[in-house]
Amino acid sequence: MTEISTDITPAIVAEHGLIPEEYQRINTLLGRAPNMVELGVFSVMWSEHCSYKSTRVHLKTLPTKAAWVIQGPGENAGVIDIGDGDACIFKMESHNHPSFIEPYQGAATGVGGIMRDVFTMGARPIAMMNALRFGEPSHPKTRHLVSGVVSGIGGYGNCMGVPTVGGEVNFHKSFNGNNLVNAMCVGLARTDKIFLSAAKGAGNPVVYFGSKTGRDGIHGATMASAQFDDASEEKRPTVQVGDPFAEKLLLEATLELMATDAIVAIQDMGAAGLTSSSAEMADKGGSGIELDLDKVPQRETHMTAYEMLLSESQERMLAVLKPGREAEAEKIFKKWELDFAVIGVTTDTHRFIARHQGKVVADIPVTALSDEAPIYSRPFEKRAPMSGTPAYDKARPVLASLEKLMAAPDMASRRWIWEQYDNSVMNDTLQHPGGDAAVVRVHGSKKALAITTDVTPRYVKADPVTGGAQAVAEAWRNLTAVGATPLAVTDNLNFGNPQKPEIMGQIVGAIEGIGAACRALDFPVIGGNCSLYNETNGEGILPTPAIGGVGLLKDHARMATIGFKREEDVVILIGETKGHLGQSIYLREIEGREEGACPPLDLAAEKKHGDFVRGLIEAGRLDTVHDLSDGGLLVAIAEMALKGGMGASVGQAAIADAVGFWFGEDQGRYLLAAPFAEAEKIVAEARAAYIPVAELGRTGGDAITLNDKDSMALKTLSAAHEGWFPRFMSGEEIPVRN
Amino acid sequence: MKAAVIVFPASNCDRDAATALEAMTGKKTAMVWHQDNELPAGTDLVVLPGGFSYGDYLRCGAMANQSSIMAAIKAHAEKGGAVLGICNGFQVLTESGLLPGALMRNAGLKFICKPVALEVTETQSAFTRNYAAGQAVTFPVAHGEGNYVADDATLDRLEGEGRVMFRYQNNPNGSARDIAGILNEKRNVLGLMPHPERAVDPATGGSDGRAMFQGLIEALS
Repeated sequence: MTEISTDITPAIVAEHGLIPEEYQRINTLLGRAPNMVELGVFSVMWSEHCSYKSTRVHLKTLPTKAAWVIQGPGENAGVIDIGDGDACIFKMESHNHPSFIEPYQGAATGVGGIMRDVFTMGARPIAMMNALRFGEPSHPKTRHLVSGVVSGIGGYGNCMGVPTVGGEVNFHKSFNGNNLVNAMCVGLARTDKIFLSAAKGAGNPVVYFGSKTGRDGIHGATMASAQFDDASEEKRPTVQVGDPFAEKLLLEATLELMATDAIVAIQDMGAAGLTSSSAEMADKGGSGIELDLDKVPQRETHMTAYEMLLSESQERMLAVLKPGREAEAEKIFKKWELDFAVIGVTTDTHRFIARHQGKVVADIPVTALSDEAPIYSRPFEKRAPMSGTPAYDKARPVLASLEKLMAAPDMASRRWIWEQYDNSVMNDTLQHPGGDAAVVRVHGSKKALAITTDVTPRYVKADPVTGGAQAVAEAWRNLTAVGATPLAVTDNLNFGNPQKPEIMGQIVGAIEGIGAACRALDFPVIGGNCSLYNETNGEGILPTPAIGGVGLLKDHARMATIGFKREEDVVILIGETKGHLGQSIYLREIEGREEGACPPLDLAAEKKHGDFVRGLIEAGRLDTVHDLSDGGLLVAIAEMALKGGMGASVGQAAIADAVGFWFGEDQGRYLLAAPFAEAEKIVAEARAAYIPVAELGRTGGDAITLNDKDSMALKTLSAAHEGWFPRFMSGEEIPVRN
Repeated sequence: MKAAVIVFPASNCDRDAATALEAMTGKKTAMVWHQDNELPAGTDLVVLPGGFSYGDYLRCGAMANQSSIMAAIKAHAEKGGAVLGICNGFQVLTESGLLPGALMRNAGLKFICKPVALEVTETQSAFTRNYAAGQAVTFPVAHGEGNYVADDATLDRLEGEGRVMFRYQNNPNGSARDIAGILNEKRNVLGLMPHPERAVDPATGGSDGRAMFQGLIEALS
């Protein structure tokens, strides 16, 4: 591609994902027409992915503050104080579009990107989570995508030596053309060693380190801001290729450099590569930046300025050092056999300037790329929530339904997936995948972090506000169920095309719900990511605002797990059961319908019930807890029994309808198991606090027995639960559901 | 016992090995960079840790075997010094010729991370002296290429000389004769795929690995 001289035609502007009004705005800001390089720079910086232009006005309404929040949204990741001088740094980010086009590399580089976001801030990553959504199992592409995404996550994360400790996986036909890969990384740093991206001061050297720059991933951010059609696979060259070996070296070398005091600012090169990292650093520091592109380490010959500025080659970092510290830094990167180059300098001109072969190829005011980027208050249409109570067969045998549910694609054991992830490296994994939240010890201490990712897309579809709030509440509940105090969340908003008012309505509604729940539960949002345009041929995905939550256990010896532990423990239900079946897994899997209202959420009750349960765990009085979510009460009992290798005999309480009682998805509920004497006290205390509570029965035996008459052997349930995933992935034909 | 853990580029169980050793010995473990030429003076035990040295982009362990520290490790082994290769470290030991055979891609072609049941088949070594013969232990595995292969003559010889130290009870990776760990002829170099250093704490991976480190401490101090 020739640069600078190319005439910019309306077609070229459109290819860069810019609308005519945006192109006009660029002309106004520059006071002239941009050249090709500058157009490229604007196109990535103003892309939805980098600028949040459709969501920014709404994201601003989210609560982001609390006494323990050190860094809220706006940096590479959020930071919270977890006491004793320790900080927890975390973020979740999507890599949806690349993972659909090239699942292995797309997922792998998603993992690499989110890890860089976290170690850029000074943290050693200690845990990874993944929230994955695929199309229906019978779709011809689904197996290929599951297999590629899982191996990509494992291939990258395992090499990094960071345990992948959990996540979630859903299947639904709305994801047939757009799967979702949301990766979350949690790291640990010291509160006095947190690194930010503000390149303050002029005359400081700008240094590049890590892998060389190649032609891969050019315009990845623009691709991630567009819809798919049948020709999307042609976009494969815009997917980057990951090199976890280089990333592992980059991690160690970066942390080694951070142990010195040579760094002024640091930023990883993620979406929009060199352009975005340098422009954002200059913007946050209130400075300017000049880059000499001839100094950029290049993997290929004859790369143009346009290509270098827009490349999304992986495993690269940009830092601003204190003057005179270059040699010290270079020595560290030499030791780790990584490229290192001084490629520019900070200035006080507030301009982003790039030179190549002696010529200025871009000269843009920094604020034109940040503050002046377009922000849209897009029209939105809030549809009335889906309502009503769907009819269902009340006489259907409960245990047969349970067996079916335990083997449903959304409910079956994910062992096939997580055994491909190294989940125990670093020797601090206290709760492996398969519980309510993953728990990872703060190395060498009694403290531990609980981590979860949650959202129920079908609820969000039915009612974006309640569904958004429910995602937060479920994350809070999952952290509470292991005994952790929930501290903060990162959100990963996956939606369709925001230029459609009904999709924008989903976004606005979900953000409203997330904000309400975060405020009610004192659970601030400290970072996030938006992935819009998840549509293929005009069909959008189920709205999926994934919530990644982190909580703290002060003493991991006082932690609850889901498995039954002792015979004759009393099984106690906390929270109110009304038998809500609208939008339930039961209704979808057993009755074949996705209908009705999603379950209502009472945030005050949620908080009250959760605080009660957590208090018992913290007091060392309770070690067996499971939150109730997809599939309802009986599924939760079955999961507790399978995990503990011990059955239970339980009876119906509260309401007469067996199906509603056992499978309803009423919110704000927990199941506990405790020895008789303790259980009696717990029940009395709950009643005294006006918390709905019921004793359902006792643990023991090798079956689930209902109302002293019907029972199902654990080995039958286990076969159903463990069998589905391996059978599916081995290629067994899956019946097509209508 | 003075222990040294070798750090190759993209070793990732080096810290875990050091933490386990430090918990057991109460002493600081030396971390030795792959480009060094010598082991710290007085080293009793060398640990080659798990990980993905050089990304495992070539045959696992092949690049690490070219590191300058390998000559010192071979000399240490030659003099009868103890060497423990775990996971990627086992792969490095077979590449170096310190142990026979090779580790191929898992039979199921997938990475496997889970606790596995093992039988301690031989107790005649510093590594296994604190176990009972036939004792069942559980260590986590975490590998994509742990399928041990060797020709029949080598396998016969390993078995005949009591050098198969650990066997899988439910073979997870297709290893010949369920072999999980083997010893060299002089009985001072052990390579195994499962991770004893991830089994020293009941809160995480159980405590069946402690006896290995305890045995080494008693034999080498």
